[in-house]
Amino acid sequence: MSDDVKNNSSLKTNFRSVMLRPDLGAIVGVVLVFLFFFLVARDTGMFSLEGSMNWGIVSSQFIIIAVGACLLMIAGEFDLSVGSMIGFAGIVIAVTSVVWGWPVWLSIITAFVVSMSIGALIGYITVRTNLPSFIVSLAFLYILRGMTIFIAIISTKKTIIGGVTEVAENDWLAPIFGGEIFTGVFDWLGEKGLIQTFVAGTKAGQPVVSGIPMMIVWAIGLVIFAHFLLTKTRFGNWIYASGGDAQAARHIGVPVNRVKILMFVFTAFCATVFATTQVIEFGSASADRGILKEFEAIISVVIGGALLTGGYGSVIGAALGAVIFGVVQQGLFFIGVESSLFRVFLGVLLLLAVILNTHVRKLITGAK
Amino acid sequence: MSDKSIMQLSNIHKSFGNVDALKGVSISIKKGECHCLLGDNGAGKSTLIKIMSGVHQPTSGEIMIDGRPVEMSGPRDAINSGIATVYQDLALIPLMSVARNFWLGRELTKKVGPITVMDFEKCNSILMSEMDKIGIKLRDPSQSIGTLSGGERQTVAISRAVYFGAEILILDEPTSALGVYQTSNVLKTIEKVREKGVAVVFISHNVSHALAVGDKFTVLSRGETLGTAKAGEINYEELQFMMSGNKELSELKARN
Repeated sequence: MSDDVKNNSSLKTNFRSVMLRPDLGAIVGVVLVFLFFFLVARDTGMFSLEGSMNWGIVSSQFIIIAVGACLLMIAGEFDLSVGSMIGFAGIVIAVTSVVWGWPVWLSIITAFVVSMSIGALIGYITVRTNLPSFIVSLAFLYILRGMTIFIAIISTKKTIIGGVTEVAENDWLAPIFGGEIFTGVFDWLGEKGLIQTFVAGTKAGQPVVSGIPMMIVWAIGLVIFAHFLLTKTRFGNWIYASGGDAQAARHIGVPVNRVKILMFVFTAFCATVFATTQVIEFGSASADRGILKEFEAIISVVIGGALLTGGYGSVIGAALGAVIFGVVQQGLFFIGVESSLFRVFLGVLLLLAVILNTHVRKLITGAK
Repeated sequence: MSDKSIMQLSNIHKSFGNVDALKGVSISIKKGECHCLLGDNGAGKSTLIKIMSGVHQPTSGEIMIDGRPVEMSGPRDAINSGIATVYQDLALIPLMSVARNFWLGRELTKKVGPITVMDFEKCNSILMSEMDKIGIKLRDPSQSIGTLSGGERQTVAISRAVYFGAEILILDEPTSALGVYQTSNVLKTIEKVREKGVAVVFISHNVSHALAVGDKFTVLSRGETLGTAKAGEINYEELQFMMSGNKELSELKARN
């Protein structure tokens, strides 16, 4: 009898701890989304190697910026300047390499240094003024976008700067952002007939997917790094604490301001990774690139179970939120649904996620 | 019980702009003693504890620890001098697990290859044994602080401070938000801590809670100390009377 009671209560505890996983909603969401598209879009090629690579790349783009936004949100802050930062970093690379003739590796490093410094400045202003980062970064959304267009116009009289592919040839750093890995493996798989190959044209005989794009490698790498940092290291503990209750964390001696500023820098780093992969991939930078990306990042993070108020969340959840994003966006394309409905879907999903998260938060904090 | 003060504040003044929050406060804290700081809202209690815990710096006056004058420029300095402060509602972070809270700022780490990570195994086992000692039954070190009762949270915060070698433990209104049962648990914890030789500074405006554990009572009013009395020298009515602002200084001074 007493054993029964014990089993029952431990079952309850397990159930509760599963319910309280921040990424539970995103895990369920990913399963449902895959199930749905597997049922309706199986015949469209969405889940062929080529089709998978398509939504895989789009998901990776979302993941890269979601990872930065996730750690920052857990640390209790927002960065609305991510989209503008993407446009800005891209133009910095294109102007310095194509117009000024710098080597591409130096342009890329410059873009990282400048973006991360601006990230640090946004963080510094936020912690110094005690203003909501929402407002400070909104200001930078406009400042950076304006600066980006201004720099593009005064240096080339255009807002799109091409020619990066040519100058990036033989550069040692560019392939880290624009290349592919495991190309040999895919060639081999193509030769063995294990994956499809092109049957005609200049690429005849080559596999349809020639390797894993660096975009995906970066996404996976950033997820592993951020998840490890957050859950396994002492700095991760400080990230949770800074967002959970900055004042309490300060009193115990956690360098809250430093943690928050570093998270702004990391978000800028992620935005610049995104920008660089795009510039190297397309061979051009456009001053209007990255618009609305900050919100897509935040939505991914919230779907992933993070609380908007900070102190709670999961990198894996944010990554799964980004995968939901990518799969649905490309899936609707595969099944031929009007793409504008994607935004309707996103809005609804965001609302559901926030309601669920608020409920979970009450469960954890014991608030009624 | 030694007669030497572990912490002594002499003639502490603190002004914020034109407002004088503290106007010459002197207080002496001894090892193994529970010193109650009583006062109504606005009496300067919180300013005083913020000075003692390094959050604020006094405008003038001297702080001595173990007989040596110290200047604390931040909470870290206070912590390094053996002063731990448990704030009423800022003690712990409800969304974080008990283990993450307990070790916050002093995480145990180990090396895995070239990378330094938190040693959760060790953190958890020490935590469980500490919680056991202080009388909290924890299901799981990863359960969030939010699932504990208010009294349990205070107890976790106190045992954390003591575990990390606090010699002076400042408790800011630890019982003010608690029910009767939880209050008695927290007061029991204070007794246990005092028996270990820790100096406890217990801030309260509840006279009966203070009388239950206090060895000494200092009443603050409008930024000044009205005097200090030992347990047994003063009763509930007198303390209550002084806190309410009717300064019977002469009478109190005669008693000391």
